[in-house]
Amino acid sequence: MADVNRGNRPLSPHLTIYRPQMTSMTSIFVRITGNALIVAALLVVWWFVAAASGPEAYATADAVITSWFGNLVMVLSAWALWFHTLGGVRHLIWDAGYGLEVEQAEFMGWIMIFGSLALTVLTIIIAVAL
Amino acid sequence: MAFLTDRKRAIGMGSAKAGTEHFWSMTKSSFGLVILVPLFILTFAPMLGAPHADVVAYFARPFPAVVAGLTLVVGWMHFKGGVQALIEDYTDGLVRKGLILGTICLSYAAAAASVYAIARIAL
Repeated sequence: MADVNRGNRPLSPHLTIYRPQMTSMTSIFVRITGNALIVAALLVVWWFVAAASGPEAYATADAVITSWFGNLVMVLSAWALWFHTLGGVRHLIWDAGYGLEVEQAEFMGWIMIFGSLALTVLTIIIAVAL
Repeated sequence: MAFLTDRKRAIGMGSAKAGTEHFWSMTKSSFGLVILVPLFILTFAPMLGAPHADVVAYFARPFPAVVAGLTLVVGWMHFKGGVQALIEDYTDGLVRKGLILGTICLSYAAAAASVYAIARIAL
């Protein structure tokens, strides 16, 4: 019977045993950044609802979001948004059947890391200068 | 337990028959967001911290209002699907159901609040 040794089978090696790889780490961070964006997304919704409600409500929401802590959250979220977006682009490329060789996949990982940092700086410039 | 056939034990443990649809749904929303996110950053980021009157005047214009509305609706629906995958990977049973239902409620509420707010500013 297939019941023999049920629940007591050897497990395949998991996160604790693998050396971090570019592909696995960028994948994990796509998940983390995507889910962490809940904070900024809720702040943005609050900001719009406050703007629709009137000047007083807007002043409160805008003051919180543009406080030093709010700015920190928004800058980190801008990075998370760009990293997740570039990760999404990588997924669209993979799903189309391209970039699946290890070197190509790892190269796209580097693009995600440096691209997201560059786009975050660009976002800060847009937010401050425009 | 020992009297169950392999097939009987496997029933209900596998695909929910909607995996392909979920994948394609995430593909569609991610493609939309690749277009929308840069447009939203370009329109939203400069307005953060601006005076109330400027914000209201800016989002009363068609392009910023439509970009903001689309980004938040598509974004929250994409979030709903992504968080569901996270919940399904790490939880089981009633906790899983509760978290997924909570995520769906939050996502629709946030999307609806965004649309309401932007419509009220724009109209």
